[in-house]
Amino acid sequence: MSATAEETVAAPPRRRLRLALWLLSRSFSSMLGLFLVIAIVVLALIGPWIVPYPDHVAGAVSLANKLQPPSAAHWLGTDEVGNDILTRVIIGARISLLVGIGITFAAAAIGVPLGILAGLAGGRLREAIMRFTDLFLSVPGLVLAIALVAALGPGIVNAMIALILVWWPGYVRLAESKALSIREEPFIEAARVAGASRARILRRHVLPNSLSPLIVKMSMDIGQAILAVASLGFIGLGAKPPTPEWGAMISIARGYLPDWWWYAMAPGVFIYLAVLGFNLLGDGLRDILDPRSNRG
Amino acid sequence: MTQPLLRAEGLSKTYEGKRGLFRATRAVQAVAELDLALDHGAALGIVGESGCGKSTLARLLLRLIPLSAGRITFDEQDITALDEAAMRPLRRRMQLIHQNPSAALDPRLTAEDAVAEPLRIQGLATGRALRDRVAALLTEVGLPPAFLHRFPHELSGGQKQRVCIARALALEPDLLVLDEPTSALDVSVQAQILDVLDALRARRGLAYLFISHNLAVVRQVCERVAVMYLGRIVEEGTAAEVLGAPRHPYTRALLGSVPRLAAHGVAPAAPGEPPNPASPPPGCAFQPRCPIAVPACRESMPPLATLMDGHRLRCPRAMEVSP
Repeated sequence: MSATAEETVAAPPRRRLRLALWLLSRSFSSMLGLFLVIAIVVLALIGPWIVPYPDHVAGAVSLANKLQPPSAAHWLGTDEVGNDILTRVIIGARISLLVGIGITFAAAAIGVPLGILAGLAGGRLREAIMRFTDLFLSVPGLVLAIALVAALGPGIVNAMIALILVWWPGYVRLAESKALSIREEPFIEAARVAGASRARILRRHVLPNSLSPLIVKMSMDIGQAILAVASLGFIGLGAKPPTPEWGAMISIARGYLPDWWWYAMAPGVFIYLAVLGFNLLGDGLRDILDPRSNRG
Repeated sequence: MTQPLLRAEGLSKTYEGKRGLFRATRAVQAVAELDLALDHGAALGIVGESGCGKSTLARLLLRLIPLSAGRITFDEQDITALDEAAMRPLRRRMQLIHQNPSAALDPRLTAEDAVAEPLRIQGLATGRALRDRVAALLTEVGLPPAFLHRFPHELSGGQKQRVCIARALALEPDLLVLDEPTSALDVSVQAQILDVLDALRARRGLAYLFISHNLAVVRQVCERVAVMYLGRIVEEGTAAEVLGAPRHPYTRALLGSVPRLAAHGVAPAAPGEPPNPASPPPGCAFQPRCPIAVPACRESMPPLATLMDGHRLRCPRAMEVSP
């Protein structure tokens, strides 16, 4: 009884946060996703200070130690030039995370304003934006990205640019459909009746109400972008080999399968866990971010 | 004689048809050459079947949708051609209550924020004063302060409609347009909301334009009633006359179709369906369903005649049949 009374009086943001955390904690898969994402973020943040062999990152050569199986000294073994794989995989988390977040945010920054503009403006402007978007969507993303990197020249920055260019149309679609449906909501008319300007309606009603599916998509897309960058790295269009990027590492390790299986497995498992983590978190966020689900 | 608060003259709204690749839609005249006037502090009911243009009329009068023809005057000011920015200061004086309170509240705003929004937009209060005013408004519509921080999904239908009413009252309007304010609510809650509306009008001297298909509700709230059929007023007069002694055959059919417990069988409503507004029948729009129609009714749309007592009636036949 006192708990409910307290909840009604508590400031809404805190109460919502508490409810959100409680909802999240009830779902095992969401908690697993949150745990994986936090683990990768922490690894990325403190990586350079905890790795056992910091000088192996840039590719020190000690051929005496090459291709050793996992041991106490090298938990995940060593690669073909004797570098500690654990060290390189942890530093790789930093690259992958940065690239994944960078691609996703840049794509959303391009796509969301265009989509909301298209949804609210309607008419010819909408047609122009959406048909241009369809043009991009009609080509498979990774194929287009490969073509773009091939044109720009291989490298991690060019891979990012190419992936941003193929990623933004998805955000236009989502933001446009959200804006279209919200535009017809009576509470938008209610805001107009109160005298709200277009800018205010956009800021206070359309944006906040289209945010949840966007956040969910972004969470999932970070995982997908990590995978896409690794794919480009794997076919030699992303990060160049001495860089400890997961895809590039697997690309080389492939040549040492199956005898030196641990070499390819380490970056593979990290990619898997990172993508899984962001996907599960996205699923969990989808359930939480709908305010109607707060009734529990 | 003072001017009415709100006056519409020859108000029309046509939704243009479209020529598509596979099908063409015809133009629909949702509201046609409609005249009405609402005095300061008065309550005018608009009744009619769904699809007769009641909600379109409400949005036209509030200048929420563009009109096709006609003139709207609000407190002696012609608002027909005002743009969105010019309307903004006037919005304070005319407010709308939606049919469905669940949809009319932003799901992300608490009751407090929803009621505070109009005050913030119009720059009428900030900080402590704003919070006090919002709390007072919610109390006035019967919601204690415990509800301030509730989200719409944590409120019942009646509570949500109270929040909507408080929100509309926040700007101290002269005119409240109510678009079926009780149709989404339980019967017991309907009565409570109507009591709130009655009390508010008495206390604040508001004018109501009350749109409903529920005749009993209209009778309780309004002094005058206008009956709409296919975008036109067919009869208008005092609530007692229109609902007590209806003259237009459509009004009679509408009243006859209200089910009563005591009656032995329901009196026959107008036979058939309301016509498709995209292809209205020739002459009087009601003649295909009218029990007293004569061939002349099919020739031209009868005019809305004003009778001696200020009663308006669009049916020359009714005047002949029962003088």
